[in-house]
Amino acid sequence: MNVISFNPVAAVLLIPIGSAALLAILPGYRQTARLNVVASLATFLSALSLFVIARPQPTPYVLVDDLNIVFIVLNTFVGFTTSIFSASYIAHELETGRLTPVYLRFYHAMYQTMMFGMNLAFVSNNIGLMWVAVEIATLTTVLMVGIYRTHAALEAAWKYFILGSVGIGFALFGTILVYMAARPVVGEGQDGMVWTLLIEHAANFDPALLNVAFVFLFLGYGTKVGLAPLHAWLPDAHAEGPTPISAVLSGLLLNVALYALLRFKILLAVNPAAIAPGPLMVTMGLVSVVFAAFMLYRRRDIKRMFAYSSIEHMGIIVFAFGMGGPLANFAGLLHMVMHSLTKSAIFYAVGHISQIKGTQRIASIRGLTVTHPALGWGLVMGVVAIAGLPPLGIFMSEFLVVSSTFARQPLLAIVLVFGLLLAFGALMLRLTGVAFGEPRGSTAAAEASYVPMFAHLSLVLIAGIYLPTPLVVWFQHVARLLG
Amino acid sequence: MQMHSLSFDVSHTLAGGLVLISFMMLYQDRLYSLLNVFALHALVLALSVAWQAFIQDAPHLYVTAVIALGFKAIVIPVALHRIIKQLGIHRDIESAVGIGPTMLAGMGLVALSMVLMLRVTAEADPLAREDLAFALSVVLLGLLVMVTRRNAVSQVVGFMSLENGLVLAATGAKGMPLVVEISVAFSILIAFIVIGIFLFRIRERFDSVDVSALDDFRGERE
Repeated sequence: MNVISFNPVAAVLLIPIGSAALLAILPGYRQTARLNVVASLATFLSALSLFVIARPQPTPYVLVDDLNIVFIVLNTFVGFTTSIFSASYIAHELETGRLTPVYLRFYHAMYQTMMFGMNLAFVSNNIGLMWVAVEIATLTTVLMVGIYRTHAALEAAWKYFILGSVGIGFALFGTILVYMAARPVVGEGQDGMVWTLLIEHAANFDPALLNVAFVFLFLGYGTKVGLAPLHAWLPDAHAEGPTPISAVLSGLLLNVALYALLRFKILLAVNPAAIAPGPLMVTMGLVSVVFAAFMLYRRRDIKRMFAYSSIEHMGIIVFAFGMGGPLANFAGLLHMVMHSLTKSAIFYAVGHISQIKGTQRIASIRGLTVTHPALGWGLVMGVVAIAGLPPLGIFMSEFLVVSSTFARQPLLAIVLVFGLLLAFGALMLRLTGVAFGEPRGSTAAAEASYVPMFAHLSLVLIAGIYLPTPLVVWFQHVARLLG
Repeated sequence: MQMHSLSFDVSHTLAGGLVLISFMMLYQDRLYSLLNVFALHALVLALSVAWQAFIQDAPHLYVTAVIALGFKAIVIPVALHRIIKQLGIHRDIESAVGIGPTMLAGMGLVALSMVLMLRVTAEADPLAREDLAFALSVVLLGLLVMVTRRNAVSQVVGFMSLENGLVLAATGAKGMPLVVEISVAFSILIAFIVIGIFLFRIRERFDSVDVSALDDFRGERE
C-alpha cells in the first residue's frame, strides 16, 4: 500500500530541500555530516525506484522520461558518494580551521539546496521552471566556491558569478523567444512553456525565431557547460572552492546545463525549417577539446589541471551530441556517465592529497605511490581512465566517438584525435611526477575515505570491460530519442 | 483602432526610453549618479510593465510592476548608496574602456539587435516584435556596462539593467506565464543577496570593492 502512494519524483525533490532546511538549523558537524550522507542516500534510492515504480504521467511541471532518468540516477549517485567524501574532507578542514562550524552549517545546507536545484532541473517539464532550477544550482555553487573567503576564492566566485549571470541572461532571453515562437501555435499562457506540448507542435513554429532562440540558449547554457571560449569561470571555480564542490561541479553541474541544451536540441530537430544545431555544437566542442588540451600543459595547480580536463571532456560530449545519429549519441551519453564517475573519483583523490600536502602545486606533490599507496594508485587509475587508456570505460566511449566520426567526417575525426592525444600527453607527463617521482612534502598518514573513489573507479573499469545488456538497450533507446 | 495606436505608441515610448536610459548609464563616471540613473531605469521599467498589464488586461503583471518599482527603483539604489558610503568609494569609476568607444559599441549593439529581431520576428505582431528588439538592446547595453566597468558596484548595476531588459522582454511576450516574472524578480533578489555577501566579504578582506584588485591573483604564478 505504501509503495503505491510513494512518489519518487516528489521524494527526489523534497528530501534534499527538507534536509537543507534541517541542516541549516542543526549544530555539530558529526551529526550534520552524517545527516547529509543519509539524505543523499535516500535521494539516490528514490531515484533508483524510478526504474521500478510506474512513472508518473507528465504534468505541466514534471516530466519523467527515458532521457532524464539516466541523468537523475547519475546525479543522485554521485551526490551520494560525494557526501561520503565530503564528510571526511570537511572533518579535516574543521581541524585545520579553514572552516568554522557556522560556515559548515551553511555548507551542508547549500549542498542539499544544490542537489534540489539539479534534480528539479532534470524533472521539470516547463522550460521556465528548468531555467529557474539551473539558476538555483548555479547560485548555490557560487556561494560554495567563495566559502573559504581567501583572496583567490573570492576572485573565483566573483568571476563565476559575473560570467554565470551573463549566461543566466542569455538563457532566459532564449527561453522567452521559444515561448514567442510557440505562442501562435500552442496558445497563450502556461501551455507555451510545457516541453511535451512544445515538442508536439514544434514542427509548426516559426523557424527563424527558433534559430535565434537556440543561439541564445546555446550561449547561455553553453557558458555553464564550460565550452571554450565561455569557460573562463570554470578553472578558477574548481581550483578555489572546497574539493567536494569541485567534484560535483565537474561531475554534475556541467551535466545539468548539458541536459538543458539537449532538450532544446531535440526541440529544434523536430522543426524541418530550423537550423541544424549540430554544426554549432560540433564546432564549439572541437574548439574546447583542442584549446583545453593545449592549456593542460601549462598548469601548475593540480585542481586547475583537472578542471581543464573537464572542459576537454565536455567538449568531446558536446561534439558527440552535435554529430548526432544513434551511434554518436550513444557514445556521448556513455562518455558523459563515464566522465562524471571518473572525474569525481579523481577529485576525491586530489582532495585528500592536497590536504595531506597542504598545497595544490603540482611541483610540491611527488612520489605518491610510495608514501600513500592507496591514494597514489587511486589517482593513477583515475588519470589513466580520464586520459582514455583501455580497458577503462572512457576508452570505450572515446573510441566510439572517434570511430563513428571517422565513418562520416574523417577530417573532424583527425582534429578530435589530435586533441585527445595532446591531452593524453599532458596528463601522463604530470602523472609520472606526481605518482612516481622522489617523495616530497608531508608524508602524514591520510585519514581518507577510499570507498567512494574506488567504487567509482571499479564502475568505470567494469563498464570498460563489460556493459550490461539492459544498459546498452536503454542507452540505444535514449540515443534514438536524441535524434 | 485609435485606442490600439495609442497603446502602441505609449509602450513604444516607454521601451525606447529604457534603451535611452541604458545609454545614459554608459557615460556616468560617478557611482552615485550611476545609481540614480539606474533608479530611473527601474522606474521606467515599472511604468512600461504597468502599461503592458493594462493593455494586455493581465492583472498579474501589476505585481511585476510593483516589484520593479519598490525593489529595484527604491530599495536597491538606497542600499547600494549606503554601501558606497560605508565603504568610502564614492570616487570616480575606473572604466576599462573610454566613453567614446563605449558609446560607439553601444550604438553598434542597438543596431545589431534591431536588425536581428525585426528580421526574425516578421510574422509576430508588431507590438511584441518591437518590444523584443528594444529588450534585446537593453540586455546587450547592460552587458556592455558590465564589461566596461571594473568596479564591483557598477558591474552589479550593469547586471541589474540587463535583468530589466529581460523583464521587458518577458512582459512584452503576451500571456507569458507568471512563473517567469516571479522567477526573474526572485533571481534578482537572490543575486542581490549574493552580491551583498560578496561586497561584505570583499570589504572585510581588502577594504576595496575594485574588482581589478582581485585580478592580481591568477593562481598560476610561481
